[in-house]
Formats: sequence, structure tokens, C-alpha cells
Amino acid sequence: MSSTEQGAVSENGDRASAFSNTWEPSALEISRRKVRKKQNQRNTLIAIFSTVVVLGTLIALLVTSPGFKSLTDTFFAWAYGVEVLPKIILGFSTNVLLTVIASTCVAIFGMIIALTRTSRSPALLPFRILATAYVDIFRGIPMLLVILLVGFGIPALRINGLTNNVLILGTVAVIITYSAYVAEVLRSGILTVHPSQRAAARSLGLSHFQTLRFVVLPQALRRVTPPLLNDLVSLIKDTGLVSILGVTDAIRAAQIASSRSFNYTPYVMAAIVFLLITIPLTRFTDRTIRVSIEKQNAQGLA
Amino acid sequence: MSTPVLEISNLRKSYGDEVVLQNISLSVPVHTATVFIGASGSGKSTLLRCINLLDGIDDGVIKLDGEDITDPTIKSDQVRRKLGMVFQAFNLFPHMTVRQNITLAPIQVHGLSKDEANSRADELLIRFGLKEKADQYPDRLSGGQQQRVAIIRSIALRPRLLLLDEITSALDPVLVNEVLSTVRDLKNDGMTMVLATHEMGFAKQVSDEVCYLEAGQIVERGSAGQMIEEPQDQRTRDFLKRVHEAGRL
Ligand SMILES: Nc1ncnc2c1ncn2[C@@H]1O[C@H](COP(=O)(O)OP(=O)(O)OP(=O)(O)O)[C@@H](O)[C@H]1O
Ligand SMILES: [Mg+2]
Repeated sequence: MSSTEQGAVSENGDRASAFSNTWEPSALEISRRKVRKKQNQRNTLIAIFSTVVVLGTLIALLVTSPGFKSLTDTFFAWAYGVEVLPKIILGFSTNVLLTVIASTCVAIFGMIIALTRTSRSPALLPFRILATAYVDIFRGIPMLLVILLVGFGIPALRINGLTNNVLILGTVAVIITYSAYVAEVLRSGILTVHPSQRAAARSLGLSHFQTLRFVVLPQALRRVTPPLLNDLVSLIKDTGLVSILGVTDAIRAAQIASSRSFNYTPYVMAAIVFLLITIPLTRFTDRTIRVSIEKQNAQGLA
Repeated sequence: MSTPVLEISNLRKSYGDEVVLQNISLSVPVHTATVFIGASGSGKSTLLRCINLLDGIDDGVIKLDGEDITDPTIKSDQVRRKLGMVFQAFNLFPHMTVRQNITLAPIQVHGLSKDEANSRADELLIRFGLKEKADQYPDRLSGGQQQRVAIIRSIALRPRLLLLDEITSALDPVLVNEVLSTVRDLKNDGMTMVLATHEMGFAKQVSDEVCYLEAGQIVERGSAGQMIEEPQDQRTRDFLKRVHEAGRL
């Protein structure tokens, strides 16, 4: 429905540019524009007024409530917050490092698993079975459990040469879990590329691998970019879970500071630090989703 | 006489229990066009897909330039390099510009340099009046333009044989002519072709031989004039009558 509307608009646009370069809006159109402008101004005023009233009421209720003083003292002791902030930021650098390393490895493993699962080569059958089992298992276990199993279980094996470093073990656990998630996202992307695209590529003489590389994967990746970005946001937050192994990340740093002072402001500071990264990334994801929807609609037009 | 470009003998093809093609024998000499007509579901697309090795066959032999391409040890990618195929639904790659669509196979398959491939693509685009569209993405093109790009893409490899599968049936009647005239130009250049089409007028213009396919068998064959003007077989006559009634003659 909207596609025909868009089609009509673009057609008119073409015609206007092709035939009448000296187009002036008619008196009717000018008066319509005036009315529209007035309507817009009125809508803006209403929006501002309603926002001020609603938010003002909420803030007034909050500030005048009996518990407000103790609430700010416990959660929003800003002076204390600023004091512990460097420690939390230092801890957060661990989260960032973990995110960078984990997302790189997850991209590689996830892709390998997805390609294995979507391949049809008979030689790869055992790997297909393994990959399917892997995905089923690790998508079905809470990540906290994987972190505990890897982080505490592997050192308990006491195998020489295997690391006891909790940061490394925690990262491995995150990679194991997220590779399963990302593999499924990638696989669904690969499956949504229509078989006729493969047929067209193969009929041009492209090999199976070339078809994958130049035709299937680029289209698949484009389609799954939004869900992958969502997974990245989750990954950043979930790196906080490794604090349970004793890794001093932002959460652990906040916990230490908070247990020393019996004040929860450090947690709030940690939350703010996470938000500084995750909010822009979520906004970016939303925009990517919007753009990709617009692209799809444009394709429906053709 | 020289070896025909394409020679098919006793081809048989089924999907499960359903026999889709049987007793298909055919010889396409160089620089000629063979046109398949027939109702929907008669097996035209399947035949073209078999020639292109996109589908396996049950029995029979397909020879390309005298070489048996149904030999299981043959490299199908290498065979397809000698064949061009254009589909009913264009199947352009939506994430590539028109030029990239055309140069992908010349660069990746034939090992041309990017410059060589680009200049060859631009030559073809100019020749078929699509030069301004070179840097556009397919979704910005009309159906007719998309199909012409698909044709250019398939001939950029200078194939020995071009397979065209109802390349106008997804198009507005107005756009059909631009695509058909592109095919006529190719025919005049000496391209060897096998086509499936519903456009009888067009079949008459380009074909050296017309085959009427019904339920997977070639019922009747002959020159375009004879087949369309005075078909011998009753089934062919019925089919043409139906086409005529649908206003496509
Ligand atoms: N992949 C497939 N699996 C099973 N049956 C198939 C498959 N492809 C085609 N068929 C069947 O084979 C028969 C011939 O189909 P084909 O597409 O070759 O017909 P066509 O002559 O090209 O028809 P149209 O004019 O509609 O394109 C049909 O009965 C169809 O149902
Ligand atoms: Mg067909």
C-alpha cells in the first residue's frame, strides 16, 4: 500500500523536474502550507507543555517524598561517587578489553559454526552434527553457569599448562556462549538469501565458495547487522558477569567500594559508565534497523 | 557440418515420482536459436536448468561443443563458464551496482583485471543504452532495464550458448520490447541461444527452430513459420489457439 504511494510521489517528482523547471506553488498550496505551519507550531507547544507538566509533577513528588533524603544519601552521594569513579573506570577498561577480544573471537567462531551448519557437503556431516549440538547446548544454558563451570571447573582439573587466570577463563566462557548465539543469527541470515541468488551466481560459473563470499554472505550480513548489534550491546553488559570469578571489572570495583562504605553510589556510578557506552550503541542500532527497513521497502518498489 | 554447440539425446528428468522431461533430443547448430514453447509446467525451465547443470538428470546425454557434460567427473563450474543464463526473475545481485553485477564473474571466474572487466562492461552498457545506470543499484532500475542488465551480465563472459528462460514474462507489456530487441541484437551478432518464451511474435522473429513441449515431451518441432502458422499436431494447434485467445500472438 505504502509502496504504491511512494511510487506515485517519485513519479510526480520526476515529472515536475522534467517538464516545469519554473514551477511556483499555487495560491491554494501557499495557503495550505500556512495552515500546516500553524498546526505544527500548535503541536510543538502542546508537546512542550505536556512534557513540562508530567516531568515536573514526577520530580516534585519525588523530591517531596519522605524518603527522598535517605534515597539520595544512599544512591546519589555524588562527592563519594566522584571519589570512587577512577577505580570504576579502571575496572570498566577490563569490560571494554573483554568485549573487544570476545566480539572478535565470537565473530570468527560464530561464522565458522554458521557456515558449517549451512553447508551441504557430505564430508562435513560430522561437523554439522557437532555444530548443531554445540549451538543447542550453549544457547540453552544460562551464561552464568558456563562462566562458573569454566572459571572454577577448569582450574579444578589441575592440568598443567592450562591457565588459572580468571580473566582469560571468563573471556573463554563468554566466547563459548556468544558464539552459539551469533552463529544462529548468521545462519538465519544465510538462509534468508533466496536460492535464486545462488542459482544466478552458479550459472555465471562462480564456485560454491565464490558464491558464498561474493553473493550470499554480503546480503546475509547486511540483513543481520541489527540483531548482531543488539548482541554486541548484550555482550558488553554480560562481560560484567565475569566479576563473579573475582575479575576486577567495573561491577567488582563498585562492589568493593560499596562494601567498604555501605553506600550504593558506586553501583550507580558503574551503571552510568555502562550507559555511556550502551545508550549510543542502542541508538545506533535503532537507526541501522530503520535504514535497513527503508532499504527493504525500496526493494519492494522495484 | 561442424559439431552443434548443443546436442541432447534422450534426456529424462524426474522430481521424485513425477517425470518432468522425457525423450528430449535436440541439436542446436552454431549461430542458431531454438525456442521452446509450451504451457506452464510443461518443463521448459527444467530443461534449461538441466543444460546449465543446475539440476541433475536421470538419463540421456547432453553435449556442449561435442563434450559430454553429463559425465559425473566433469567440473560443473567450468561447464557453466561456457554458458550464459538469464532467468525470468532477473536475479540481479541487489548489493552490487549494475557494473559490479556485470564484472563479478569476469573478474572472479575468468581472472580479468578490474580495469579490463570494467571497460568491457561499459562497452556493453553503452551498446545497449544503459550507460547512465552503470553505478546504480538494481532496485533503482525499471524491470526492463534490470532484465537487460541481467542479459549483459550473462554475455559479458562471451558464452558459447545463451539460455533465456521466459525473460519477459515478469515485465509490463511496454517493457517487453526493449528486452526483446536486445535479444534480437544478440542473435544478429551470431549468439547461439536456447529460449523458453510465451511471446509467439518474438519466437517467429528470432528462432531457427521452434519446439512445442507438452507434459515433458517434444510434441512437434519445425521452423517458426511452419509451427506457428500451420502446426500439424492437434495438441500444438490447441495450445496456439489458447495463446491466441489470450492475445499474445
Ligand atoms: N524443484 C522441483 N521439485 C519438484 N518439482 C519441480 C521442481 N521444479 C519444477 N518442478 C515440476 O516440474 C514441472 C515442470 O516445471 P517447469 O518449471 O520446468 O515448467 P515451465 O514449463 O518452465 O513452466 P512455466 O511456463 O510456468 O515457467 C512442473 O510440474 C513443476 O511442478
Ligand atoms: Mg519456467
